Amino acid sequence: MDLTYTPEEEEFRARLRAWLARVLPGLPPRPSPDDWPGRRAYDLGWQRRLHDAGYADVHWDASPTIRLIFLEETERAGAPYVGANFVGLLHAGPTIAAEGTPEQRERWLPPILRGEQVWCQGFSEPEAGSDLAALRTRARRDGDAYVVTGSKIWTSHAEVADWCELLVRTDPRAPKHRGITWLALPMDAPGVTVRPLRTLAGSAEFAEVFLDEVRVPVANRVGDENDGWRVTLVTLSFERGTAFAGEVVACRRVLGELAVEARKNGRWDDPALRRRLGRLHAEFRALWRLTQWNVSAAEASGGVPGTGGSVFKLRYSHARQELYDAAADVLGADCLDLDRPWTLDRLSSLSYTIAAGTSQIQHTIVAERILGLPKGR
Amino acid sequence: MRFRLTEDQWALRAGMRHLLERRFDREALWGAVEAGGSGRAGGGPRLDRGLWRALGEAGFFALRLPEADGGVGLGLPEAALVFEEAGRALLPGPLLATHLAAGAVPGAATGETVVAAVDGTLVEWLAEADVVRGDATGAVPLRSLDPLTPLHRVPARQPGPRGPVAALLTAAEQLGTAARVCELAAQHARAREQFGRPIGAFQAVAHLCAGMLVRTETARAAVYAAAVTADPVDIAAARLLADEAAVRGARDCLQVHGGMGFTWESEVHLQLKRAWVRTHRTGGVTESEEILAAALAAGGA
Repeated sequence: MDLTYTPEEEEFRARLRAWLARVLPGLPPRPSPDDWPGRRAYDLGWQRRLHDAGYADVHWDASPTIRLIFLEETERAGAPYVGANFVGLLHAGPTIAAEGTPEQRERWLPPILRGEQVWCQGFSEPEAGSDLAALRTRARRDGDAYVVTGSKIWTSHAEVADWCELLVRTDPRAPKHRGITWLALPMDAPGVTVRPLRTLAGSAEFAEVFLDEVRVPVANRVGDENDGWRVTLVTLSFERGTAFAGEVVACRRVLGELAVEARKNGRWDDPALRRRLGRLHAEFRALWRLTQWNVSAAEASGGVPGTGGSVFKLRYSHARQELYDAAADVLGADCLDLDRPWTLDRLSSLSYTIAAGTSQIQHTIVAERILGLPKGR
Repeated sequence: MRFRLTEDQWALRAGMRHLLERRFDREALWGAVEAGGSGRAGGGPRLDRGLWRALGEAGFFALRLPEADGGVGLGLPEAALVFEEAGRALLPGPLLATHLAAGAVPGAATGETVVAAVDGTLVEWLAEADVVRGDATGAVPLRSLDPLTPLHRVPARQPGPRGPVAALLTAAEQLGTAARVCELAAQHARAREQFGRPIGAFQAVAHLCAGMLVRTETARAAVYAAAVTADPVDIAAARLLADEAAVRGARDCLQVHGGMGFTWESEVHLQLKRAWVRTHRTGGVTESEEILAAALAAGGA
């Protein structure tokens, strides 16, 4: 067991750290969370800077350890998060890289890396959330196009996206995990309507997408017809893998800020609150170690994130909520003030045990795939 | 960074598990429990000296002593792995006190001498020890909750076998319990049928088991990392998470076993009772939380 990094990895860290120190002071201020066009421009601009400095494809091509160092250093330095580039860089991109044809890789990957395209994820539907394979959006073949009709929901960044990674049902008679196909949908195609949904945090973070006889060229299909479920599992393993590593670093920073705030306002003298923060300190240290453990396992298995991702996501999503609940106790009545940053974070943390597979689904995955318990209902 | 067990570490852990399966199987465990007479006054379990010497020969106590001093010359990560196995097997005896005495008390390293230590207000295995570290004057036996850990109470509180190493190895033992009870619960959930299907097919049961695994694996990452860094803050974190994984895990395991879990014949209560005993050792919950809070206040997260 070794927690030290190789000279090459340390060299990468030092180079990245120096570059961040140089470019971050000159960055424009971040747009407000509700300003979607502003956020799109800002996030794409950051991706462009990463590209020009040679860090664009760190999420795909680098070793898991390099990716971990990248997430750790960018978060520690307070650099922008992937933001609107999330789906392109962490879902669609790796999926196209793994499953796409050479033409598809040439068509989509460079623009994603250069910060020229925003992607969104058209997986969930009103009747197919956690039971993703129950999706009903259907596509029938018509010459060299699929004609798609249906609707998607909880689609983040849909308002500002150029492309959508879309799951459709191409064979309604097949068992539900078969008969699904993965398509790249241009969001400006005729028949696509986006209706923003307001979250409990007050912002329009995601949207409903309605698809009415939308023609998608067959050339936009990634993987074989009716093989979309397997392609999707590739995507999901990326989502549950190291995607949250940077956030653990961010939570550790917030915890440090909470201690400073509590000492300032006198609540640190309350032993119960102080020890609770101590326990959260243990929690987030352990989550960082678990990240390193999973990354080392992924490295040993050729870079594919394993079921360790479900263990991590379960623990992390609950810890994040506990962190912001503790923040509320540190703030006292100020926790009701939406202008305090931790208030919005507390609200948005409520989505963590739901998004990307609810905690209940993750528990079932752990029980069936790791502990080998029988499938149930 | 290769935060995984090395080939040698896998082999060491497998070797320890094999030794314990051979020298301290379930029959031996229950033999020791019955010989202890479930805490009857004047009774109490006896230490198996042959097993103790076998542990000594296998290097359990001398593991971290330099080879020049007759030790194995390994480090804290290896010690954590063998203590995890000891915890898993419910191995009885003052393992920690004897291990910490190796090199300081003659015969401890080889298992010839059994060493007990005063820890706070309690001493584990006082009557069976050849050497006691700390002042045990006026020690009075109490009826121990754990049938395999005889306890004495001393009049005044004394510092225990201080230092982060004791806390870390206790955490490693707790990890062993956490992993074992998770395994027991999953085995039972796969085999036991109710309403015409294995109970593990019911989500209420499956999710209890999954929660046990999540706590165990989180504690494992924390314990192994703390063994590598030997950092007192990492160790305090490991201790907290391992205590939680062991105690809550054992309780959930008992729940999964239903009525069978509440019987004397079930191993579950032995794991829970031992986990409870360990939580009262040096560096318990409050102390660990304060160490972590102080580190936070000092600007480190």
